Amino acid sequence: MDVKPAPAIAVDNLVKRYKTATAVDGISFQLAAGTVTGLLGGNGAGKTTTIAMIMGLVTPTAGTVAVLGAHMPRQRYRVLHRMNFESPYVDMPMRLTVRQNLSVFAQLYAVPDEAGRIASLAADLDLTEFLDRPAGKLSAGQKTRVSLAKSLLNKPDVLLLDEPTASLDPDTADWVRTHLERYRAETGATILLASHNMNEVERLCERVIIMKKGRVEDDDTPARLLARYSRETLEDVFLDVARGRDRQDEVAG
Amino acid sequence: MIRTTVHFEFSLNRVAAMVRRYWYLLISSWPRLLDLIYWPTVQMLMWGFLQTYVSSNSGYFANAAGVFIGAVLLWDILFRGQLGFSISFLEEMWARNLGNLMMSPLRPAEFISALMVMSIVRLSIGMIPVTFLAIAFFGFNLWSMGLALVAFFVNLILTSWAIGIFVAGLLLRNGLGAESMAWTIMFLFLPLTCVYYPVAVLPHWLQYVAWSLPPTYVFEGMRALLIDRVFRADLMLEALAFNVVLFAAAVFAFLKLLASARTQGTLLQGAD
Repeated sequence: MDVKPAPAIAVDNLVKRYKTATAVDGISFQLAAGTVTGLLGGNGAGKTTTIAMIMGLVTPTAGTVAVLGAHMPRQRYRVLHRMNFESPYVDMPMRLTVRQNLSVFAQLYAVPDEAGRIASLAADLDLTEFLDRPAGKLSAGQKTRVSLAKSLLNKPDVLLLDEPTASLDPDTADWVRTHLERYRAETGATILLASHNMNEVERLCERVIIMKKGRVEDDDTPARLLARYSRETLEDVFLDVARGRDRQDEVAG
Repeated sequence: MIRTTVHFEFSLNRVAAMVRRYWYLLISSWPRLLDLIYWPTVQMLMWGFLQTYVSSNSGYFANAAGVFIGAVLLWDILFRGQLGFSISFLEEMWARNLGNLMMSPLRPAEFISALMVMSIVRLSIGMIPVTFLAIAFFGFNLWSMGLALVAFFVNLILTSWAIGIFVAGLLLRNGLGAESMAWTIMFLFLPLTCVYYPVAVLPHWLQYVAWSLPPTYVFEGMRALLIDRVFRADLMLEALAFNVVLFAAAVFAFLKLLASARTQGTLLQGAD
C-alpha cells in the first residue's frame, strides 16, 4: 500500500479576520516536502498574512496550519529551528556589521561551525567583501542578499520567502534564483515563495497558488494554469484573475 | 486521544546570543555609551549641591547627610534599570528586527532574560562611575551602605524589570505608538514612591497607594539607614514580597499582550 508522505505545510480552512476586514477567508492547501510553490496575488490578497500565520507570527481566527507536523502557533517551538524566512517587513540591525548580524542569528539557531557557515554563505551570495561593513551601509540589493543569507543560516527544511528579489537588479535577482534552485536541489527543502515577479515564479515554482481577496482563486502547475486561461505567460494569467476574467476550463480538457 | 505535552525549554546559549547582539550595538556607538553616564552625572551633581546648600541651613538635613544624593542614586537604579531594559527592546523595534527574533527559536523567557542582563550592563556602565564621582565631589559613599545596598539594589532592579516587561508587552501589542510609555512610565513612581520625602508627607489615602509599591519600602529604608542609622530588614522583606507579586503580574500581562499581538497581527508591523 502506498503511504503518502506527510505534507511539509498543511493549511486547512484558514481564516484571519481583523476588526474591519477579512484578510484570509477560508483557504486550504498542502505543500509536499521538497517542492517550490509560488503564492501569487495582488496587494491585499492575503499573501503576507497567510505566510505570517504559517510562521506562527499571527494567530488564525479559524482553521489550522501545520508545519512539519507541528500546529502553528501553539507548537511552533518544535519546528522553528527547522524553518526560516525572508521578508521585506523585517530588517537586520543597521549598526551591526553583516558578520555580527549573521553570528547572532547563527547562535540563536545553534548553527554548528558558525564561522564556517557564514563564510560559505558569504561566498555563495557574494557577500565576503561586505562582511565587516555595518548592515545600514549596504545597498538595497546587498541588504536583500544578507537577509537571504540569514534565512539560509540554519539550512531550513521549510523556507518562506516574501518578495525575495524585489529590490535586486536583474543580474543579482537571477543569481539569487539560481542559488535558491541549487539550495532546494541540495537540501530537498520546501519553499513557499510570495512574489509579484511572474518570470521568477515560472522559473522556480512547480506549483502556483493564486490568491484574491483572501481566497485561493486558483491552484495548479504553471503549465496547466497557462492552458486553462489560454495564456502564454503567468503575468497574463495573473491579470485575468486580478481583473476577474473567466478562465477557460474547457481548454484545460 | 489527543495528548498535549507542555515543556519549558530555556537556552543560555540563546540568551548569550541576544546579549552579544546588544553588546555589539552598545560598543558600536559612543553617543549611546555617553548617554548612559551623562544624565546620572547631571542628576547627582544637582542634588548633591542642593544637599550641600540645604544642610548648611537646616539642622535636620545636616544630620541626614547624603539623604538627597542617596535618594537620587537609588532612584537612578530604578529608572535606569527600567530604561536599560526598555531601550534594548526598543532597539529591536527601531531596527524592524522583531519579526526575525519572533520567528527564530528564541523563547520569550530567553528574550526577557537577555534584556535583564543588558539592563544591569547598561546600569553598571552608567552608575558605577557616578558613585565614585559622588565620593569625589560630596564625600558620599554609596558603597559604604554595604549589605543594605545589596537589598536596596535587588528590590529596585526587580521593580524596574517588572515595569520593563510590562512596557515590552505594550510595545508588542501597540507598536511604536506606545514608545512614550517606555520613557515616562517610571515618573509615575517618582512622587508615589516618596523618593525625596517620607511617606508621612502624603495624604493619608495616598499612603496606601505608596505602600503598595515596592520602591517606597526601599526609599524609607534608605532614610532609616542614613538618618536613624538603622537597617530595616522588615521593610526589605515586604518590598521583596510586593516585588514577587508585581513581577508575576508583569510576566502574566506580557504573555497576554504577546498573545494579543499575534491575534492582531502587530508582530510584523512594529510601527503603530
